[in-house]
Amino acid sequence: MTIASEQPQGSFRLSMLVYDTRFRSWTIQIVVLILVALACSWLIHNLVTNLAAKGKDIDFGFLWTRAGYDINQRLVAYTNDSTHARALLIGLLNTLLVASLGCLLATVIGVMVGILRLSSNWLIARLMTVYVEVFRNIPVLLWILLAFVILTEVTPPPNAFKVVEGKEPLAQMWLDGSVAVTNRGTNIPEPLFSRSLGNIDLGIFLVSVDLLAIIAVMVGSFLVNRRVIRSAATTQEATGIRPATWWKSALIWAVPVPVLLYVLGFHLAYPAFKGFNFTGGIQVLHSFTALLIALSIYTGAFIAEAVRAGVQAISPGQTEAAYALGLPAGRTMRLVVLPQALRVIIPPLISQYLNLTKNTSLAIAVSYMDLRGTLGGITLNQTGRELECMLLLMGIYLVISLIISSVMNIYNNAVRLKER
Amino acid sequence: MKKSVFLGAVAATGLVAGVASAGTLDDVKARDQLICGVNISLTGFGAPDANGNYQGFDVALCKALGAAILGDANKVKYVGTSGETRFTALASGEVDVLIRNSTWTFSRDTDLKFDFVAVNYYDGQGFMVKKELGVSSAKELDGATICIQTGTTTELNLADFFKANNMTYNPVTVLDDAEGQRQYVAGACDAYTTDASGLASIRATLPDRDNHIILPEIVSKEPLGPLVRHGDNNWGDIVRWTFYSLVAAEEYGITSANVEETASSTQNPEIKRLLGVEGDLGAMLGLDKDWAKRAIAATGNYGEIFEANIGAATPIGLARGLNAQWTQGGLLYAPPFR
Repeated sequence: MTIASEQPQGSFRLSMLVYDTRFRSWTIQIVVLILVALACSWLIHNLVTNLAAKGKDIDFGFLWTRAGYDINQRLVAYTNDSTHARALLIGLLNTLLVASLGCLLATVIGVMVGILRLSSNWLIARLMTVYVEVFRNIPVLLWILLAFVILTEVTPPPNAFKVVEGKEPLAQMWLDGSVAVTNRGTNIPEPLFSRSLGNIDLGIFLVSVDLLAIIAVMVGSFLVNRRVIRSAATTQEATGIRPATWWKSALIWAVPVPVLLYVLGFHLAYPAFKGFNFTGGIQVLHSFTALLIALSIYTGAFIAEAVRAGVQAISPGQTEAAYALGLPAGRTMRLVVLPQALRVIIPPLISQYLNLTKNTSLAIAVSYMDLRGTLGGITLNQTGRELECMLLLMGIYLVISLIISSVMNIYNNAVRLKER
Repeated sequence: MKKSVFLGAVAATGLVAGVASAGTLDDVKARDQLICGVNISLTGFGAPDANGNYQGFDVALCKALGAAILGDANKVKYVGTSGETRFTALASGEVDVLIRNSTWTFSRDTDLKFDFVAVNYYDGQGFMVKKELGVSSAKELDGATICIQTGTTTELNLADFFKANNMTYNPVTVLDDAEGQRQYVAGACDAYTTDASGLASIRATLPDRDNHIILPEIVSKEPLGPLVRHGDNNWGDIVRWTFYSLVAAEEYGITSANVEETASSTQNPEIKRLLGVEGDLGAMLGLDKDWAKRAIAATGNYGEIFEANIGAATPIGLARGLNAQWTQGGLLYAPPFR
């Protein structure tokens, strides 16, 4: 006797789309897809008809018209005769500058604080706890404003540096007259080359050949140095004696770059007070400094927590084993704990980098001209192209964020636990 | 998924932009409230007083409009806007009319799809500096750091002025008047630039106002006026003629105090038409006969509004100058009411 469990054969009925588990999941997915597509098309239709009703169109042609306004922090050449697209680029570079330096600084702060928070020194551990709790529980905008107000209110105005006959100036420059901190910015010396190699015009911006040459020489030094150390290691493996390499390394680093700098005629232009402001040198605006400091210490507090969680996720047995082998505490952390902890730390770190990058759009609060300030602020207002500017802004921030997360994901894959 | 989120956000932006409808007058009447976009922090023109009620030269025109349309100067809701948000607020229908010392320019009138209906203050851009700077002319500002409000015509005028005079400057682009004022006072910029009336207003609020001077150069034409969305001509007419009724009232000597008496005693046909004693000009606008009478009674004629908010007797202390009646050598000239 057999019990036949026959598959239902043949005729396909419509009701099977709902009641048959083989088809149901497809049915649900297709229905949801249609609903999403309908909602999107309704929203786009609404947008297009409403724009048409107001006689407006979507046109990005304004990007190629004259901008007509000035920007105070320019990483590449820009005047008020440049186009709105150029102003967009200036804003984008300013955003990227503060975001990349902010991520770097926040990581340094976060890793240090995260590890110190686990310190056995009671005072240091508690101080770090206070730092983390204070900074991550107050909105970042307030930190930005606070940093900016402190920088602009407690520093002297530029004319306090003015030298009047027979009178001591009210404020002194630092570091042998090379750095001046005013209530507008920090004036630092500018590196110049009297026998410069000129610039290469890439179409969008100029690249200094001097800088390229210096980077090339430094990379060369690095490669040669690595080779020296490798050959020393080979000799050590073969003979058991490690030849002295320190003087070779010192020569490799200390000779080529200074020689190149001398050939190029390297010198520093010191800032000097003239007229209303300091001229010469580089002015680092307080809006930039305030934004960078506030974003770094704010995000650093979050990163510190991620680092602490990562370190605590590693079993204490690992540390004890390292101690048993005679490794000192610093090396135990660097060689045993941190490489494993990175696997836990990287994913939350990606979110923090994304947060910091997006938080740079608060820059207008302290008059820093980032992408939001140029494209989303002045250009938007002067051209009246709200929709186009907002679309561009959203698109650009999306692309930046996607790039950051994909790069970090590649790194994450490189350090993750390899299962063989 | 990323794509659909993106499109959704795009479409949501469109939705906000799409709520404006054609019949603003009907909307206002149905709502029984006029929504007026005003300046949030410009003392004398538009700013909340100590009790949180908006007061000022621009606000008075809102009140006159409320009285003309709805019969009550208090049926007005004020929406504070910044230089950056004002045009979006009007375009999206968040406000019915924008009376926020906005400069009438070609591109705003055409490309931005707005209609400037009149000029209620003829202004020009100026510079304010501290006396201790030792500057007496804007042409001595070469190399100066200048605070400037974002989203205004002043940014472009500033660039043009320095270019025309072959000078350089460092712009500090601030978000609003309050932040600009703070940075100027803290010395983060050497000069603050905006419309001369705005400078007078800021100077009036400074505790040491005698230490600040407004430089004599006026570097631009800034005709400031109320504006509405392009396309609703009837609504534009109402705002325009309510404003001109206040100008005409000053010309004919009608004040908030004597408007009732004048209406009953006057023999002048133009005044009779204006105040609705004769003819029915109000019906042509879609309002009743007494619209202008109520507008004048609400906050007074143009001269009264000027003197009460920004005139010589106030801390702001502006002279009439270009904003005097045409009979007094100014530019105010109301078209005939007939």
